[in-house]
Amino acid sequence: MIPTLLTMLPADDSTWITFDIPSLMQNFWSATFDGLTFGSIYALVALGYTLVYGVLNLINFAHSEVFIMGCYGVFFTLSYLGFGPSAPNLSVGAIIANLLLALVVAICASALTAFLLERLAYRPLRKRNAPRLVFLITAIGASFTIQYTIFAVRGPNPEPALTMFKSNPIFEVFGTFIYDQQLIIVIAAVIMMVITERFISKSRTGRGIRAVAQDPDTATLMGVNKEKIIITTFVIGGILAGAAALFYVMKIPSGVQYNGGFILGIKAFAAAVLGGIGNVRGALLGGLLLGLIGNYGQILLGNSQWTDVVAFLVLVLVLLVRPEGILGTSLGRSKA
Amino acid sequence: MSMVDGPTPLHTAKADQAAEDRGAVGTPPGSSAAARRSGWFGGLGEKWQALPRQKQWLFLILVVILAYLLPIINPPLISTEPGNDFPLACQTMAVWALVAVGLNIVIGYAGLLDLGYIAFFAVGSYVTAMLTSPDSTFLKIPYLWTIPVAMAVTMFFGVLLGVPTLRLRGDYLAIVTLGFGEIVRILATIIPALKGQVGFQNIGHPPGTDASGIPIFSNSNGTPWYWLTLTILIIVLLLAGNLERSRVGRNWIAIREDEDAAETMGVPTFKYKVWAFAIGAGVGGLSGALMSGQVGFVSNAKFDVVTSILFVAAVVLGGAGNKVGAILGGALVAYIPLRFTSIAEYKYLIFGLVLVVVMIYRSHGLLAARQQLLAYGQKAYAAVKASSDAKAAKAKTGPGKEAAS
Repeated sequence: MIPTLLTMLPADDSTWITFDIPSLMQNFWSATFDGLTFGSIYALVALGYTLVYGVLNLINFAHSEVFIMGCYGVFFTLSYLGFGPSAPNLSVGAIIANLLLALVVAICASALTAFLLERLAYRPLRKRNAPRLVFLITAIGASFTIQYTIFAVRGPNPEPALTMFKSNPIFEVFGTFIYDQQLIIVIAAVIMMVITERFISKSRTGRGIRAVAQDPDTATLMGVNKEKIIITTFVIGGILAGAAALFYVMKIPSGVQYNGGFILGIKAFAAAVLGGIGNVRGALLGGLLLGLIGNYGQILLGNSQWTDVVAFLVLVLVLLVRPEGILGTSLGRSKA
Repeated sequence: MSMVDGPTPLHTAKADQAAEDRGAVGTPPGSSAAARRSGWFGGLGEKWQALPRQKQWLFLILVVILAYLLPIINPPLISTEPGNDFPLACQTMAVWALVAVGLNIVIGYAGLLDLGYIAFFAVGSYVTAMLTSPDSTFLKIPYLWTIPVAMAVTMFFGVLLGVPTLRLRGDYLAIVTLGFGEIVRILATIIPALKGQVGFQNIGHPPGTDASGIPIFSNSNGTPWYWLTLTILIIVLLLAGNLERSRVGRNWIAIREDEDAAETMGVPTFKYKVWAFAIGAGVGGLSGALMSGQVGFVSNAKFDVVTSILFVAAVVLGGAGNKVGAILGGALVAYIPLRFTSIAEYKYLIFGLVLVVVMIYRSHGLLAARQQLLAYGQKAYAAVKASSDAKAAKAKTGPGKEAAS
């Protein structure tokens, strides 16, 4: 029966996937730079997943909503400040000041969401010593609740686009222009991630986070305030997600939508797994790699929807071949 | 928890003690703190257990008859609002109940969180659509034959997705299935043969026409479809019940309670997880085939991941691990937006909130799962104990002075 079915395959079925290699060769460098830009945004969001996973062993599904709340923070601040679909005529200093204000609001919105999420949804479960499945389902429910609260308030359509500044090419590498926007996003993201990495490996709180990740009970016995560490971890994840939100709106001006964080969340999680979940450097590496792979895949296969499929396939392949990720899972064990 | 302290309370095999044990045992993994509280339906299970077998059967038959008559009676308060045809609503509820029963095998029995169950539902729908709709160029087979084909194909997909991911920790499975659910929808958009938003029309239906020549199983006539789905639901329930009580079901529950312990005790965990996944997927495909047959139209728009989360909400709300709970949950999640159309727009918000609240305050759902094996084990143990006690008492005190224990 199966051979019969196969011979009955429609004739146009052979063309649903095409590999456009010349196009990839032509656009290789622009795809690379764009991929790195997206990758740094993924990496910032992925850090939130990685930190919470390292400390609580929980996939915080609602982290994508922490991120999208930051996007709304950016949107409301900038539209209040008079930004619109076309880039405003402002001096460089004024633009920077406005963007910094939007960044602060986004960080506050995301961190507050993360804080409330931990307090209202996860802490009651920890008190009851609930099993993992219950945590996961709660995370899903919380994600859904936030998503559709936004839906109820703002409706199904994306918010109008906001352009922060006109992106100009700065210099040329390999015959491809690099835009100031790309440079700002990548550099800012890398700086934030380096600060986070330093904070976790050097500061007293960071040591607490690593201790709780390694062994919560022993950490408590050694005088670490576990609850405080957990809430701090959530807030750090929220801060990074807020920063990612600013860059995301900068890159995709019309991306503010009630469910806009969903796919990005899955991709960021895939990035975290790719680099090694629970590993701060792994999140950066995984994010950048996933950004590149997604962009190459999209150009090679010629449809933007393929990015998601490619990201998902990468996740499955990584889980198959090296489930601990490229750099290994080691928030607790990294150079204690 | 009950694995460890199973036999201990049996010394005092009084009725109330045994009843309390059953209540406590019947909770999903580890929520022992919440378990002590008797919930909204706490006493129901005990009363049911206490009934004699004949009365249980009588009651069940009554419920089944009532279920069959539901679209004909069309009770005034329960009936859906004028815009929604009640027999069609019954069909939707039955399909959702079937979905919930299938997902309950994966989540409730084996403890695997499948967030992309909609993907299997979609695969089942598409198989039926492509094999019966005139819009596709595949070979055509009668509708009823597509149902087993749909089940087989979805089971294949279940194994395909399960084998790489089920070796890993459970929470990876959640995110991979979530991704898979989204990917199936995207692929339905990208691949031309699946016709994206255009979709497939005039999907087949079971044969038969009434006196005036109109097909009995037409798209707008919900009652025959409801009867068909209900019959299949009952068959699936019987099979699932047998599975639950079999070696397979015991292995699933062992995996759910503690995978490492199960593996150590010799349960081939991977194999049984794949089985749970595949069987669950098969039921998902079955319900997809039924749904697409009744609606008569399949396109990519119906299979978004949010619906998949509603499936999970149905299982969790009803009580993961409890078949009756799953039916109740599935029917409720389908029914509420149809009955109260004013809140239908907010159904995702409502059920998202329900998920969080249920998990925090009543993690075993409306109807808690009873671990019947353990309950039966205790009953058997109590019976043996009682008879041996009686014998011992007889031997000691002689006839005529039997001590009641």
